[in-house]
Amino acid sequence: MDFKIQNHQDTRSGFGDGLYELGKTNPRIVGLCADLIGSLKMGAFANEFPDRFFQTGISEANMMGMAAGLTIGGFIPFTGTFANFSTGRVYDQIRQSIAYSGKNVKICASHAGITLGEDGATHQILEDIGLMKMLPGMTVIVPCDYNQTKAATIAIAEHTGPVYLRFGRPKVPNFTPADQQFEIGKAITLKPGRDVTIIATGHLVWKAIEALTILKEKGIDAELINLHTIKPLDEEAVLASVAKTRCVVTAEEHQQYGGLGESIAGLLARQLPLPMEMVAVNDRFGQSGTPDQLMEAYGLDADHIAEAVQKVIARK
Amino acid sequence: MSDITKFQRIATQIRRDIVRMVHACQSGHPGGSLGCADLFTALYFSELNHRPDHFTMDGEGEDLFFLSNGHISPVFYSALARSGYFPVSELASFRKIHSRLQGHPATLEELPGVRVASGSLGQGLSVAIGAALAKRLNNDPSLVFVLMGDGEQQEGQIWEAALHAGSRKIDNLIAIIDYNGQQIDGAVDDVMPLGDLKGKYESFGWKVIPINGNDMQQLIKELKMARQGANKGVPQLLLMKTEMGQGVDFMMGSHKWHGIPPNDEQLADALSQLEETLGDY
Repeated sequence: MDFKIQNHQDTRSGFGDGLYELGKTNPRIVGLCADLIGSLKMGAFANEFPDRFFQTGISEANMMGMAAGLTIGGFIPFTGTFANFSTGRVYDQIRQSIAYSGKNVKICASHAGITLGEDGATHQILEDIGLMKMLPGMTVIVPCDYNQTKAATIAIAEHTGPVYLRFGRPKVPNFTPADQQFEIGKAITLKPGRDVTIIATGHLVWKAIEALTILKEKGIDAELINLHTIKPLDEEAVLASVAKTRCVVTAEEHQQYGGLGESIAGLLARQLPLPMEMVAVNDRFGQSGTPDQLMEAYGLDADHIAEAVQKVIARK
Repeated sequence: MSDITKFQRIATQIRRDIVRMVHACQSGHPGGSLGCADLFTALYFSELNHRPDHFTMDGEGEDLFFLSNGHISPVFYSALARSGYFPVSELASFRKIHSRLQGHPATLEELPGVRVASGSLGQGLSVAIGAALAKRLNNDPSLVFVLMGDGEQQEGQIWEAALHAGSRKIDNLIAIIDYNGQQIDGAVDDVMPLGDLKGKYESFGWKVIPINGNDMQQLIKELKMARQGANKGVPQLLLMKTEMGQGVDFMMGSHKWHGIPPNDEQLADALSQLEETLGDY
């Protein structure tokens, strides 16, 4: 398979550009940001549509409540702040005013995971997927590159209901099609294979692509799925792939507890119990460092995915 | 019969509904509900421009009301039912399984009149600001009202929202605080004093109007004044002094009846003090 890198871009720019596109086409879209316009790349929307943009200052709880209120009157609010402040800091506001109240709010979260880098563990949330997927009715999406994040941003405006959209800070390979139609809840098979299924999400999708090269040299034919929607889970696609390969490795920039791997494990335990390994952070906080250093130190790189694949195949 | 007398009689029936509802399920919050019965009557039977028989979530062209201190759901539900949002008979299902009248207000069961879940305190003012901004964007001149508790003012999110409304001049918003001085653990002044609440809001850019929330004539007048004071560049706060338990002598003047129901004997005592003016549900 050919995964051509078009350029290196941050997924947060995909969000910012997607939001700007939405602003031009849909007058019901409104933006809210808690003092992180530059970091969230919301400047183009804020400048072009000042009447539909609300700077809340550093008051994330208030921002979530305001977003809930803006839906009453038919607007589609997109909130922007770091993933940590989009979830853990405002969990009860999201739970009561948005999720339980069934409000059509799009919670857009940047700087997720350890690739946030030098700021360290205070800002590197690795628990947000778990927090959000546990909320009834919440859709959870983790796109893998710039193009997919832009497409996902546009797609979630068409979905009625609360959505958590998770993306990141560093520039990463941009390789998915610029003209893709993003389908919520529809897993994408990037490469078919026979020996193992690798299910990756977010930044780990490219790491898994890198792992394919290592595995090919070892004679392992891996199937790779880009699972951009954690919830609702594309159970059909996962089960079909694993039924064929008979083992699975998941890969994510998140705690093992509560993440993508746990969702897959639950599905397989109920319907197709087969050997599984998880590439994820194992009950640790992050720390300062460059994104690449941290991904290696926390076992989230291509080498670790390839190791996990060999381990799970040995267990078949 | 004068309008004021008519409204007072409605408030009395709402008070009967409140004590009967919490008695029937042996749970709920009668104290604050009784204290706010006059306000809810003034709003739902006089001052709100609303369409009880045609509820829509967006409430386009209607005034919106949000209850932030959701635990006083009995008075909210009674006012909604009595003003025509749903059958008064449904009040009998309060806090019971498969009811639309959840312990705290919710939207999941689609009870007409409720636009956001509340109960976890401190969130309603933010929601009201968002709804007020939506009114502006839609060129809808209607107003947004929100009721909060005084104990609720201890929540940090309230002050994020108060700052936002003041700094951004959200002037189609009328907030009301039930200033009864009581919360679950005791007097607000003992649990965590609020200090100069009027001065605090004023320093955040609000116009604050102290009123007596158990004086129907004053309530109607001040709500009309507040409507006239809207769209003048400042958010308004009615700092509404009430008596917790108002209308039932043994429930008044103490935090004790914040969140406990009357027994059979106490119910009979309470109902003997509250005339059945509109017919019980």
